[in-house]
Amino acid sequence: MTTVSESAIEAQVEDLTDKTPFLQKAKTMARKQPVGVAGLAVVILMIFAAIFAPWLTPYHPEYNDFANMLTPPGADYILGTDQFGRDIFTRILYGARTALFVGFAAATIGAVFGLVLGVASAYFGGMFDLIFQRIMDVFMAFPLIILALAVVATLGTGTQNVIIAITIPFIPQCARVVRSNALAIREIPYVDAARALGFGHARIILRHMAPNVMAPFLILFTAFVGQAILLEASLSYLGMGVQEPTPAWGLMLQGGAEEYAESAPWVAIWPGVAISLAVFGFNLFGDAVRDTLDPRLRSR
Amino acid sequence: MLKQTGRLALAAAVGLGLAAGAGAAKAQTPKSGGVLNFVVGSNIPSFDGHQETTFGMIHPIRPFYSLIIRVNPQNPSDPTDFECDLCVGDVPEPTEGGTKYTFKLKQGVKFHDGTPFTSADAKATMDKIVFPPEGVPSARKAFFRAVESITTPDDHTIVFKLKFPTASFIPALATPFNFIYSKKDLDEHGYEWHKANVNGTGPFKFVQYQPGAFVEGVKYDGYHFEGRPYLDGFKAIAAPKMAVRLQAIRGDRAAIEFRGFPPKARDDLVKALGDKITVQESDWNCVLLATPNQKSKPFDDKRVRQALTLSIDRWGGSKYLSQIAIVKTVGGVIFPNHPLAATKEELLKLKGYYEDTEASRAEAKKLLADAGHSDLKINFSNRGVDQPYKVVGTWLVDQWRKVGIDTQQRVQPSGPFYDTLRKKKDFDVSADFNCQSVINPIADMTKFLGSAGNNYADFEDPELEAIYAKIEKEGDKDTLRKLVRDYETRALSDEASGIITLWWYKINPYRSYVKGWKIAPSHYLAQHLDQVWLDK
Repeated sequence: MTTVSESAIEAQVEDLTDKTPFLQKAKTMARKQPVGVAGLAVVILMIFAAIFAPWLTPYHPEYNDFANMLTPPGADYILGTDQFGRDIFTRILYGARTALFVGFAAATIGAVFGLVLGVASAYFGGMFDLIFQRIMDVFMAFPLIILALAVVATLGTGTQNVIIAITIPFIPQCARVVRSNALAIREIPYVDAARALGFGHARIILRHMAPNVMAPFLILFTAFVGQAILLEASLSYLGMGVQEPTPAWGLMLQGGAEEYAESAPWVAIWPGVAISLAVFGFNLFGDAVRDTLDPRLRSR
Repeated sequence: MLKQTGRLALAAAVGLGLAAGAGAAKAQTPKSGGVLNFVVGSNIPSFDGHQETTFGMIHPIRPFYSLIIRVNPQNPSDPTDFECDLCVGDVPEPTEGGTKYTFKLKQGVKFHDGTPFTSADAKATMDKIVFPPEGVPSARKAFFRAVESITTPDDHTIVFKLKFPTASFIPALATPFNFIYSKKDLDEHGYEWHKANVNGTGPFKFVQYQPGAFVEGVKYDGYHFEGRPYLDGFKAIAAPKMAVRLQAIRGDRAAIEFRGFPPKARDDLVKALGDKITVQESDWNCVLLATPNQKSKPFDDKRVRQALTLSIDRWGGSKYLSQIAIVKTVGGVIFPNHPLAATKEELLKLKGYYEDTEASRAEAKKLLADAGHSDLKINFSNRGVDQPYKVVGTWLVDQWRKVGIDTQQRVQPSGPFYDTLRKKKDFDVSADFNCQSVINPIADMTKFLGSAGNNYADFEDPELEAIYAKIEKEGDKDTLRKLVRDYETRALSDEASGIITLWWYKINPYRSYVKGWKIAPSHYLAQHLDQVWLDK
């Protein structure tokens, strides 16, 4: 009787997966998705601003300078100052840190949990799948912002709690989409083969099934980052997110838009533009990723 | 640009104010009818006036109740002008060497549920406020420290016997939170019932409360002032966000907001609506504090507390914050316009009030270093109300940063904020306020006593209590003034158990068709609305 080693089988199984190099995929995407590349450029610009903020501006994002309060855009303050005399350009640069930190943290945690739980639900099936999906239904019955508000109202404000509040609604969204893809993968013989070889559940889920639902996962992930940025801004605008004097775009809108929309519109305009651009960038990039990775859209 | 706009708006506002004053001089005849819609920038923690301290409660709930005496709504700026509400005739003079006040009460007054009002109701109410049973909160109990007993010789007379003569008793009695409750309600339902239920003798009857939305009242035909109220009813609309309140007035969905707007909001409304807006302005018997929690280390160390106050540039703050917030005046423990208030020379001697900010901050840094807390971190609790809490809070964070203090600001809606301040006490320093109604400096300054029901710093200072005991009984004005300075120096400078930021400044722009309402030095006063009418 011929014996086949575990690693040899694994290698054969992995041979079945898509081996197109990443660089090749990126080139294809750039050629086919110029709008997506524009989105990526916005994302990269935002990351650049967040990392190099201290070198891009001479001002501190939190220091009050009342002698220059509500100064219109000009040579000294290219986007003007707010009611505390803080440079708006500086606060937008530093605000990108808050947005990206909250956006990536919430999207990563939410998407990874959703991935694992969604694949596990599909893999185990039966009663586990039934109960788990009904729990997901309960969470998904609430609009995203309402659920996030409820979580913040319970846990309190602050960056950490905002991340938790945004993460929780993401988990069922991701789990649901991933599960539907994983259900198809579960029926593919290599999963049966892995099971027949006596691999553990965790190994099958994480090593053999999860990598094969990466396409929907990445699409969701990029969409989640944009959504998380928007949610963070919404929560901060409602006074339930990060708190002053932390530079955050939603918070800047809250402080400025209400009182100074008429007399000093720049206080509200620029943070609004920053939020729109960031979400627009992530959404364009996400769409491009989806169009590139989704086999059904590839031929279009 | 801001200054220019401010000057223009101020000129317009003053012009409008004068015009309104001239109009008032013509003594227009009030018109009956109409419903007054007004906006309130906070939610209602409970309906119980004896326990609450916020405008969020007083504005929507005060019109349902009466008091024994009240501030004259036609002259609310005068700290000595009181009139009878449920009592008869003029406010009585004291007898027995200033230690006995006898009030004759109106007959034929009924509560909204039909129960006749008698002196038993007034006594039961005042007993709850002055001598609350253990565990029953009474926010202004300290105002009545001089009261020895309350008796009712007959059904329509109530007598207050004082331990010693004091000028603070009448203003304390006129405090608009002293809602007269029915004894029957207190006996049958207990002391908690009024937190969620309303039954008074005021000009309006309670119709409904939609939490987070509005409180509605309708004219009470059996009101004890003949011919009043003029309004058919009112709707107090909850709008915690200032932008919503402003737009409500601008769009005429609400006619007035009784608390006050910052200068920019006034300017925008005047610019947009011209003579459809009337503006009244006043100094405000309200001060924003930063209260260090002395049960939280290292705030039990007075050097740390002194550093907190020394790092604040109050004179600079007054100059700039008054352009964007409802604060303005630098002051001590007494309402700045009062004869007992500290002069600028007296203030300059207190820590944190020096004109040389750099020297002040150098001293703060040294004190922090001596205390071993050069890298102090603060958990600063603040209230989620725009004006002036969040604006001043952000300014404070910056002020403290200038001496190396790292402050984490935690902003919560009013309910959870009060919960943190009063019960949980999980803060290092909290935004706090001393907003009183009637200008009654001897009573108002009890806020700084560790034993006061509304002091949340959690400390004991027998020396401060001893000074206050002398103040209460002192009859000589000069000696009284000196004692007040001693009290102020100990509370704000030597011990820094209370940290004053700036006193507030009240600006009320409102629809010009609202008549009969006069600005007071407090947003709690004259809110019964029986004098308000609509000229539409």
